[in-house]
Amino acid sequence: MRKVIWLSSIILIVLAGCTQPAKPSNKIVLWHWMTDRNDILLKLAQEYQQQTGIEVTVQLFAPSDSYSQKVIAAAQASILPDIYGILDKKAIVADFIQAGFVSNLTSDMQANEGNWENSLFEKALADKRFGADNTYGVKPGIYGVPIDVTNEQILYNKKLLAKAGISTPPKTFDELMKDSQTLRRVGITPFVSGFGELWILDCFASNYAFNLMGEEKIFDTYRGKVKYTDPDWVKVFDLFARMRDKGFFMDGIVTKGNKYAEQDFALERAAFTFNGSWCVNVYHDMNPGLDYGVIPPPPVTGAAYPLKIWGSAGSVFVVNANSPNADKAIAFLKWLTAKDQQVLLAEQTFNLPSNKEALSVVSPVLAEFAKGMDQATHPNVWPLNEKPTVVEAFDRGLQAIIIGERTPQQAAEDVQAVKEKQMADGDSQ
Amino acid sequence: MNEKLRTAAIAKDNFQNFLFVLPAVIIFCIFYVYPFLNMIFLSFHEWIGIGPMHFIGLKNYTELMGDHIWWNSIGHAAYITLIALTFQNALAFALALACDREIRMKRFYRVVFFIPPVLSEVVVGLIWNWILNPEMQNGQHIGLLNSFLYHSGFPQLVHNWLGDPQTALTTIAIVNSWKGFGWGFIIMLAGLQTIDKQLYEAARIDGAGRWKAFIHVTIPMMLPVLAVVMILTILGCMQVFVLIIAMVNEGLVNHTDVPVTCIFSAMQNTNRFGYACAEAVIFGIILVTLSFLTKKVTDRFKQA
Repeated sequence: MRKVIWLSSIILIVLAGCTQPAKPSNKIVLWHWMTDRNDILLKLAQEYQQQTGIEVTVQLFAPSDSYSQKVIAAAQASILPDIYGILDKKAIVADFIQAGFVSNLTSDMQANEGNWENSLFEKALADKRFGADNTYGVKPGIYGVPIDVTNEQILYNKKLLAKAGISTPPKTFDELMKDSQTLRRVGITPFVSGFGELWILDCFASNYAFNLMGEEKIFDTYRGKVKYTDPDWVKVFDLFARMRDKGFFMDGIVTKGNKYAEQDFALERAAFTFNGSWCVNVYHDMNPGLDYGVIPPPPVTGAAYPLKIWGSAGSVFVVNANSPNADKAIAFLKWLTAKDQQVLLAEQTFNLPSNKEALSVVSPVLAEFAKGMDQATHPNVWPLNEKPTVVEAFDRGLQAIIIGERTPQQAAEDVQAVKEKQMADGDSQ
Repeated sequence: MNEKLRTAAIAKDNFQNFLFVLPAVIIFCIFYVYPFLNMIFLSFHEWIGIGPMHFIGLKNYTELMGDHIWWNSIGHAAYITLIALTFQNALAFALALACDREIRMKRFYRVVFFIPPVLSEVVVGLIWNWILNPEMQNGQHIGLLNSFLYHSGFPQLVHNWLGDPQTALTTIAIVNSWKGFGWGFIIMLAGLQTIDKQLYEAARIDGAGRWKAFIHVTIPMMLPVLAVVMILTILGCMQVFVLIIAMVNEGLVNHTDVPVTCIFSAMQNTNRFGYACAEAVIFGIILVTLSFLTKKVTDRFKQA
């Protein structure tokens, strides 16, 4: 009986111990999701400890979907680490901030005449910056530290284009379609991408939506003032029908994950792909001899607006506002985004650095990616976003066109039906 | 006085027993009962996974009733289950019967047939993605199946198996059956080995041939085992998820959606935790109902 009482007491003490508030210490914990950057982060953490005596525990949780769920669960249980990332839409980031899980870094960024803020790419900071006019009700400020930047563009295999007699990459959408037919004639698959992952498909389509109708009309669609059955939206859907009819897509593209698509391009099974700048690292690992170049998606001839590409911060860390070591966590992130560490990260992981001064060391292909930052935009910096249910219907509509199941008009009507239902339901979705 | 002492002793015994099971009860409540009740509670709310919840009553459920993608996904899971109940279990039973006899290398076959179930669903998905790859490089089919069909004189059968809405779900169902038949095989083989051989001897003396012995001895004796295999098949196949994600990612439009992918999508893609919980509640009710129905039907057969 005594043993039982002892056992029960121990359990109670352990359970009570779980709720003890953490105390400040010389240890900070960082959670991340980047398998390709784990080694270099561990190395940098060691170096930081040698320099400052602060121990940084780097913990990897992959893949990113699982990481994202883990962070949400940890937030619900109030057990977030000192430094973590929120891999979600800006609305969710706003909820994290309003729930008190994210530190406002504005004063640190702007200290010393804004040295830290000015050293980083503005478009990278914009990812977790909330302006005075933000619609999320978040106190204006900077809430995240980008450790790299990224954008998504079209990549072309120089050898395969040459084999098909194509001397220069396409400059317009029509040229892209012409090249597609030329490639097919010599037995080369023109294009592969991870369209089984809806966000990539969405990203590719929204590039052309910007090109065909401009951002104001897109945002008016999100506001419900313009319908998805508007001729300009139908034109966006129609581009996918044209690509399908010209044999542009690799078979099975709508169920293909990006990892498979990266493998296909690296193994020279397709001449073009659409991917983010992180792919430089991936292709280097898969096929170091791959000879390729980077271009923005070729714009539609006669389109009235500039084509925009998605580009923003790649990986962003936030600091837990409830952490007793928040100041130490901020200091570490400041060190991590300083030029020397950024150069090391860029050299080791082939990602675009978030520190402008470190850009000089990147490879020629990454430099081509970097040029795209001038025309970059991202849902996280838009004043408003479409509801996720409508976005999903839009992407499913594109998939249905690619497999020949829906016409552009039908797909547009399907999306509009979901949009109208969502508007009728209010903001419940 | 003695009565009081006896009552106190019983109470002490009960209290001690209660303390012994208490840790298990606490763990069960924390990890099973609380999440289950919380799921039901959440299904009446609108919640994006973080921040405040808004009580919306039965709105998630009424929306779910009219969600054709959800009901189609139930149909898809039922189709995968039906293929498994017939094709997979028939194959498992046939192989179990074969291995129950005195055949050469039967231990080897037992091991081989049990390899697919012990493989991770992700691994199975990757292997079959390679086998079913529809692409060509340098004029050659990359996928093993299409390459085999082409070179064995059936080029007209070369197909994009996972990219065509007409064949995608059936292909997944067949792969699921390939992965799952080993479980049924092992359980059925164990069941066959418990049947008293004297029953077959008695049937043979009574003039029953192999077929009659199978119908009148094997099947009745195997009914409880078959019932267990059927229930496990239904529960397993209705909840198929990883294999689908591994084979077709987020799905071929909505042609390969099953209930669990819908629940996952509601949480992951659209951050509708309340709606996802409502889907999970309805799906749970469907699974429990199916299990009870299967049990009832097999009990009837046993009585007959």
